[in-house]
Amino acid sequence: MSDYNFAYLDEQTKRMIRRAILKGLAVPGYQVPFASREMPMPYGWGTGGVQVSAATLTPEDTFKVIDQGADDTTNAVSIRKFFERTAGVATTEETEKASVIQTRHRIPEAELTEDQILVYQVPIPEPLRFLEPRETETRKMHALQEYGLMHVKLYEDISQHGAIATSYAYPVKVSDRYVMDPSPIPKFDNPKMEMAAIQLFGAGREQRIYAVPPYTKVVSLDFEDYPFEASKADHPCDLCAAEDSYLDEVILDDAGNRMFVCSDTDYCRSRREAGHVGRLGEEAAA
Amino acid sequence: MIELQNVSKSFTLHNQGSAVIPVMEGATLVVKPGECVGLIGASGAGKSTLMRLIYGNYLAASGSIMVGDTDVAKAEPREILELRRKTLGYVSQFLRVVPRVPALDVVAEPLLSVGTPIEEAREKAATLLAGLNIPERLWSLSPTTFSGGEQQRVNIARGFAYDYPALLLDEPTASLDAQNRATVLGLIEAAKARGAAIIGIFHDEAAREQVCDRFVDVSGFSPKAAA
Amino acid sequence: MTPLLQVKDVAKMYGVRIGCTDVSFDLYPGEVMGIVGESGSGKSTLLNCLAGHLAPDRGEVIFDTRADGPVDMVTMSEPARRMLGRTDWAFVHQHARDGLRMSVSAGGNIGERLMAVGDRHYGDIRARAADWLGRVEISDARIDDRPSAFSGGMQQRLQIARNLVTGPRLVFMDEPTGGLDVSVQARLLDLLRGLVREMGLSAIIVTHDLAVVRLLADRLMVMKDGHVVETGLTDQVLDDPQHGYTQLLVSSVLQV
Repeated sequence: MSDYNFAYLDEQTKRMIRRAILKGLAVPGYQVPFASREMPMPYGWGTGGVQVSAATLTPEDTFKVIDQGADDTTNAVSIRKFFERTAGVATTEETEKASVIQTRHRIPEAELTEDQILVYQVPIPEPLRFLEPRETETRKMHALQEYGLMHVKLYEDISQHGAIATSYAYPVKVSDRYVMDPSPIPKFDNPKMEMAAIQLFGAGREQRIYAVPPYTKVVSLDFEDYPFEASKADHPCDLCAAEDSYLDEVILDDAGNRMFVCSDTDYCRSRREAGHVGRLGEEAAA
Repeated sequence: MIELQNVSKSFTLHNQGSAVIPVMEGATLVVKPGECVGLIGASGAGKSTLMRLIYGNYLAASGSIMVGDTDVAKAEPREILELRRKTLGYVSQFLRVVPRVPALDVVAEPLLSVGTPIEEAREKAATLLAGLNIPERLWSLSPTTFSGGEQQRVNIARGFAYDYPALLLDEPTASLDAQNRATVLGLIEAAKARGAAIIGIFHDEAAREQVCDRFVDVSGFSPKAAA
Repeated sequence: MTPLLQVKDVAKMYGVRIGCTDVSFDLYPGEVMGIVGESGSGKSTLLNCLAGHLAPDRGEVIFDTRADGPVDMVTMSEPARRMLGRTDWAFVHQHARDGLRMSVSAGGNIGERLMAVGDRHYGDIRARAADWLGRVEISDARIDDRPSAFSGGMQQRLQIARNLVTGPRLVFMDEPTGGLDVSVQARLLDLLRGLVREMGLSAIIVTHDLAVVRLLADRLMVMKDGHVVETGLTDQVLDDPQHGYTQLLVSSVLQV
């Protein structure tokens, strides 16, 4: 038995997941429970994202996988190969060429279009979990729009750190109704969530799917006197000189030398191909 | 102002073989505004009982107890509470001390509960305490540590803080020296002059004679001895 | 005047066992009602039925809401009841831990109800929290401390502040001084008295301690085996008890 059903999952499972996706799109930000399947990777390794991608892909799609912005990490490579093998779809590292993009913890820098679907891997879908451990209570809070506790978390941050300290997985309010955890993307990425593409979120271990349709209002929570800031380190990329992209800090040697490079590898590559050069870019080329 | 008609009272002690102890029968009494009526009778004859019945502290078995337009014997609890705030004052024999509340605020409380601003209430309280020779250094202390006489004077000051149209005074001059006694009698006279109806119990004959316009002997309300 | 709360024939059964039964009374603005009884008397069951934590098997609990006038809480929708529980009502638990978020700072605990009704200005929320800490006699230097670092009495006072910050009109209290040292109790009771008067609160206080009701309650209900055996003005019920059980209770209190 070496042939897989298209994209690994059987058709009934894909139907179940698609129903959950449709429900999620109909109620933006609402966590839809789904029957998460056993996948050939353990929980915590992206099974939710993989199931959503598997149910979404068609043979004509072009698939891209990034992990913290990079196409070449072990996990990104594994998942890409998984779908090459089980779905036979074309794959790419170029954001503009992909029709379905699965991502762990980043939104690509290039602006996405109406023809694209972004699939997020989500560890803990419930934004209120750390303040209210009871699932029965958090479901009621969502149902009744009782989100005071969310602001308590932000209040605590300001009282302890002088500013809202949450730097990733920053909670957002979707379509003026549900408070949602955008997955552990840096808060820098939050403003991008108002986009033209469909955004789907899959949490395999927690068995939840949620979604944000195109052009939906997504507002990061804040206080009137402590407004949300999508901040990042203020360096340009050392390879491509981009000032507007999210950067990874890389330690170069034992002497404390470091460089900042775009976390989105494809974005950096495309800028360098277009001729942009950063502080360390010349040396590398030379 | 105060009018009792045929009031009776008995106690039923359920835990002592349901013993029934009748203590009062056919009590009838009228006190007009500006009048001070003294209750007399042997100890245990029912003077304090009558006073407590009027205040609503004891439940009357029958009869009517009119204070102004309210029949205390039949009124709803909130009506009696309202009556006690604005119409009927009671100076009991003992000051029930709440720990921590300073003497000044103990005296000011009746004014605060009718909405008097706190500064004004405290000023009036200060005047009364000074008049009753409670030294200023004690005003910020709780009366829990005061002597019996000092506690009694705080109690009296509290009773006269607000101008009640009706007042019940149970032994207001007990344990007071001559000077303070005179002050208290002065307060009673002033209350009469502004039209308050007062019922008082005084063991001190001289005090009685001075302020009371007439006397009522409560032994006349004793239950008739069983045949 | 419309009563703030009208309780009509409330009953709660546990199988054949009576939790509480035939309870009816009206509570007016500014009145404090004490409910006393020994363990098993049904007083806590009654309180929980009145506060919406338990659904009574029979009866109505009609609250005079600000927006819609008198509404029966028993049949009210859950979202509306929960909203009321955050604004116009308050519940002070016997154990402060049940009424506080122990992992959230004192300021956050007090501010939560404000944030729950839409306050979005950090500075204002913090200022109001600090103000309330002062009113319950907790130093506002402790605004960022967690309640787990507070003494029992302080936790209880924090719980009171957390409940009263939205200016509720009706407060339910379940043994508010239970488990506290005597001197701490005195301070708490005094604080409650002051707040009740200042804010014109109505309150229903369940306790087994007659001294607490003497101090705080205008009216008193005595319960035994799920029934109300006597009701009236506090001082009248305590000084002139009519029912045998009340007489027993009152005479059992040790004089110090």
